[in-house]
Amino acid sequence: MKLPIYMDYHATTPMDPRVFEAIKPYFMETFGNSASRNHSFGWQAEEAVEKSRKQIADLIGATTKEIVFTSGATESNNLALKGVAEMYAEKGNHIITAATEHKAILDTCKRLEKHGIRVTYLPVQANGLVDLDMLKDAITDKTILVSIMYANNEIGVLQNMAEIGKIAKAKGVLVHSDATQAVGKVPMNVIKDNIDLMSMSGHKIYGPKGVGALYVRRKSPRVQITAQMDGGGHERGMRSGTLNVPGIVGLGEACALCQAEMPEESKRMAYLRDKLRSKLESQLDEVYVNGTMEHRVPNNLNISFAYVEGESLLMGINDIAVSSGSACTSATLEPSYVLKALGAGDDLAHSSIRFGLGRFNTEEEVDYVADKVIDVVKKLRELSPLYEMAKEGVDLTKVQWSAH
Amino acid sequence: MAYSNKVLDHYNNPRNVGSMDKSDPNVGTGMVGAPECGDVMKLQVKVNPETGVIEDAKFKTFGCGSAIASSSLATEWLRGKTVDQALEIKNTDIVNELSLPPVKIHCSVLAEDAIKAAISDYKNKAATKTEAVASTK
Repeated sequence: MKLPIYMDYHATTPMDPRVFEAIKPYFMETFGNSASRNHSFGWQAEEAVEKSRKQIADLIGATTKEIVFTSGATESNNLALKGVAEMYAEKGNHIITAATEHKAILDTCKRLEKHGIRVTYLPVQANGLVDLDMLKDAITDKTILVSIMYANNEIGVLQNMAEIGKIAKAKGVLVHSDATQAVGKVPMNVIKDNIDLMSMSGHKIYGPKGVGALYVRRKSPRVQITAQMDGGGHERGMRSGTLNVPGIVGLGEACALCQAEMPEESKRMAYLRDKLRSKLESQLDEVYVNGTMEHRVPNNLNISFAYVEGESLLMGINDIAVSSGSACTSATLEPSYVLKALGAGDDLAHSSIRFGLGRFNTEEEVDYVADKVIDVVKKLRELSPLYEMAKEGVDLTKVQWSAH
Repeated sequence: MAYSNKVLDHYNNPRNVGSMDKSDPNVGTGMVGAPECGDVMKLQVKVNPETGVIEDAKFKTFGCGSAIASSSLATEWLRGKTVDQALEIKNTDIVNELSLPPVKIHCSVLAEDAIKAAISDYKNKAATKTEAVASTK
């Protein structure tokens, strides 16, 4: 076993060697511009791009003409929200999203609000799921879009997209889903899930960074978006710019591998994740899983170790790469807004660790990680005045703290 | 974030971890911070009432590595100092000793506050000579 161990697959993934092999010829040999219509260099590049479109479409139940290539999920999210807001401005000016969305959605919404769009940020329940009745109530005759993520990037909770889509569809409202963390991890079908627009990224599924896609539905309804990038009119006029052929080839190959291996891979992920969880829970008291385990991508475990601060825990497990919702680990010095939205309290957000398992993790690594985390949590609890007080029976919520 | 060697040393080998009897009239207890802010420090000093010298200091800290290191360092510095000398310890001394980056300065402030709170608790006890009420109640 090699150290350090990477267990932060929600942040990014290493490229699968098979993807790397597929990409290699597209830098120096097959380097053409896929928009070059008059020579074989261009045709070969176009052929590669169309193959990738097919691989992506097959994975999500779409058709090739519905795939728009972008630079990644952030761009896809921006394009979907801004593109719909602009295109459907005459129909309405209201967008509904959720408090636990990725910043690429929330900050796009914030910008749209400056341009006259009204945005409803639905709260989530303690389990991380959007309340469908609240969604229904939030839709007005001015609503043009519901944007709800497929799987959350921190807690891995899967929203009930099919039901969300059904509710929106019944009222003639479009549905966008940021599926960055769900594509390739769980079976999905944009038709069954009633999704009209969907964002995805290459580097979360063992493909390259700097490439992503936006699914844009062509039939019932035919969705139109206003381009946010002006230029040569590539991607059916929705996203100008010479196509990133090697990246696109990689994204397609990554999708094909995910589709072929998903049944086995998701079982293996769930086994490793559940083993990690049960080991931690058997050796430590007061550990809390954040978000429901029932509807969750199989590779995610987000867990709070009460009375232990996340950054100090990361410091003790410095040969393991994971993330924390602690304020000290964030650029803003605020604890995770996703965990806060679950209503568990800031103290548990400070104490949270996100384990993101992936294709190249082994059972031996999971055992090592579990043992190490248990060891360091025990050590830090010996150091923790809160743990001591809790053991003495002090109700920490009743203490008058000197806030600073 | 890269930690200085001194922060790492205190994190890996924290000095003077533990708790003393809060009701002991010679023990001063300071508890500062809040769980929702991500750091809580408990610092205790045991003072010789004859000489006014801090004979023992203990800490427990919930917080990041720099918070742990700041309070661990504080207990090292407190031992052997008189109560008045202890009050001269400034957060900037801790920042310099541990090479804390700007985002971690609040950890040193917290440590200074904890020292002041512990000494003040001891002084109150010494003044009233009554059974101390636990500072957390």
